[in-house]
Amino acid sequence: MIVRFFHQMGSPRYFYGVAGKLIPWFMVSFLITLVLGLYYGLFVAPADYQQGESYRIMYIHVPAAWMSMFIYVVMAVSGLISLVWRIKMTEVVVISSATVGASFTFLALATGSLWGKPMWGSWWVWDARLTSELLLLFLYLGIIALHSAIEDKRVAARAVSILALVGVVNIPIIHYSVEWWNTLHQPASITKFGKPSMDMSMLVPLLTMAISFKLYYGAVVLMRARAEIVERERNARWVQELVQEEAK
Amino acid sequence: MSTLSLTSAFTLLLKRDMTLAYRRRSELVNPLLFFVLVTAMFPLGIGNDPKLIEAVGPGVIWVAALLAALLSLDAMFRSDFEDGSLEQFMLSAHPVSILVLAKILAHWLVTGLPLFIAAPLLAVLLNIPGDAIPTLMLTLILGTPVLSLIGSVGVALTVGLRRGGVILSLLVLPLYVPVLIFATDAVKTAIVGIPTTAQLSILSAMLVGSLVLAPLATAASLRISLS
Amino acid sequence: MTTSAVSTATFEAQSLECIRDDRVLFENLCFTISPGEALVLEGRNGSGKTSLLRIICGIRLPESGKVLWEGNDIFHLGPEFHEHTAYLGHKDGSKQDLTPLENLRVAQGLGKAREGITLEDALEQVGLFGFEDVPTRNLSAGQQRRLAIARLLVTDAKLWILDEPFTSLDRKGIEQMERLFEEHLKRGGMAAMTTHHRIGFKEEVKLVRINLSDR
Repeated sequence: MIVRFFHQMGSPRYFYGVAGKLIPWFMVSFLITLVLGLYYGLFVAPADYQQGESYRIMYIHVPAAWMSMFIYVVMAVSGLISLVWRIKMTEVVVISSATVGASFTFLALATGSLWGKPMWGSWWVWDARLTSELLLLFLYLGIIALHSAIEDKRVAARAVSILALVGVVNIPIIHYSVEWWNTLHQPASITKFGKPSMDMSMLVPLLTMAISFKLYYGAVVLMRARAEIVERERNARWVQELVQEEAK
Repeated sequence: MSTLSLTSAFTLLLKRDMTLAYRRRSELVNPLLFFVLVTAMFPLGIGNDPKLIEAVGPGVIWVAALLAALLSLDAMFRSDFEDGSLEQFMLSAHPVSILVLAKILAHWLVTGLPLFIAAPLLAVLLNIPGDAIPTLMLTLILGTPVLSLIGSVGVALTVGLRRGGVILSLLVLPLYVPVLIFATDAVKTAIVGIPTTAQLSILSAMLVGSLVLAPLATAASLRISLS
Repeated sequence: MTTSAVSTATFEAQSLECIRDDRVLFENLCFTISPGEALVLEGRNGSGKTSLLRIICGIRLPESGKVLWEGNDIFHLGPEFHEHTAYLGHKDGSKQDLTPLENLRVAQGLGKAREGITLEDALEQVGLFGFEDVPTRNLSAGQQRRLAIARLLVTDAKLWILDEPFTSLDRKGIEQMERLFEEHLKRGGMAAMTTHHRIGFKEEVKLVRINLSDR
């Protein structure tokens, strides 16, 4: 059943069509959740009793950090699928995700740094979370660099899939080691989630933003994948037909 | 394929690579020289305050070891790729991962092991107390093979590329972070005189894990690079 | 492996397709060869001969289609297929810093050693007698090619995959090598090769010719 689903999705033409229908839905629901999340996060939710208004950057920072991890896992899983079953569509998903993932990681780093200024008084501290994010950004950049360096795009996709798998095995180890290192050197730093339980009025907008970011990722990855497919299959008959239809 | 022929293929390739290294023995000192030189640059950069040098010593030695390992990695498969030997390995009657493991071991013996031997000298240069030197050497003997093993995946992915070297460091250095952290932490802890069992066990676990997984990933990567 | 299994061994390609740089080099390419037969690939430069050889020896993946050894997909067989094959590519695959003898020893160890032939015999058969201990670096291009051909002789490979095996050989060398290939085929071996040179086998050998430019 699952195998049949993948094989159907494995046909570029089918994927192209389905993705084209899905994108508007993703886009619209992304915009709705984004507006809702931002409104509740920036205007409705109460100010933090310790950090005042500046904590509100959390509504961007935390979902972006979640996305950076989430997208890497998606990449590794689709990498595994494309290596084992040699499915073209998951290859496309791997590379389409890499740039989006890197952007979210960068966003998490930038917002983390902005948030750090009022909290710690400096733009950058070697806090465990930020350091992990920085290393994750390097992993993403490695994937992008390797992909662009290999000329044959099918070979590139398979090489990148292996790298994503190696990375996903190492990320927990890197994360754990950075935490170890951090508790050792900076016991005094303030953790952002000191309180174990977060007030509902803050949690709801945060989760809304998280969903919104996921929808955005869905829309963008489908768009990029469609573009990638058309480029790869530009000599296939169905693409030629598509171009002729568009021309009419 | 019997286990016997597997071991013989492994030793054959190990012997081959060691012979090749021996015939080019003048190149063997290069990573070692680099290791010593980089380490010697740090006191020149940060000043000759003994306290300061002692504080950064373990980190400096390990960062230098990381860079020396990185510098020597490219040679692991390069010449075999260029003269077509790598194709022959891919088409051998033995699992490629076994052959790869032999090559990694040979590579470590000629590039990683010398670092281990030079470490006491550098420890003296950087004011690391004598009690902590055994720990430093332990971290090197556990950690440098991990560097070679993880590095082999990166080299395998970049071996066919013209500007592979720059990409290689981007691929490999982030993956070296855990080794760096636990190894330097072990040495620092040893300097203070606290037992370092935890850090050393974690390093051993990394060694075992990479010993199992890295050859498989490297074999798969080589196959992709050659196609 | 018994002799009966050897006689039924076949090598088969089913509707192979290869795309390089957006160009379809070939599609729907099929062939079958049996013991004693040789596949000869012809075609212009860039028509995909080398790509096809790399696909059938399992280095490169075809865009679609399968290669079968005794009815099994070679990508699933892996080393079990490769113990029956020997590949001679553009690059010789010899180490310049090793002697011919050392190079052959490695080649033999990587495959399944053939019985009844010593490494020295193999060197003699390709005309490298007396060069056992000279560093390979000091051999001429033709001699290095001969060394690469000697590699084929020391393993028990039934299928030889040869990409321009006669490169840089002189006329006498080509004749010598043709005899070796002929003997291999007479022993029940198979070969798949590309060559610009017209092969002059003395005896009747069944050649399966495929011209990639005509397709």
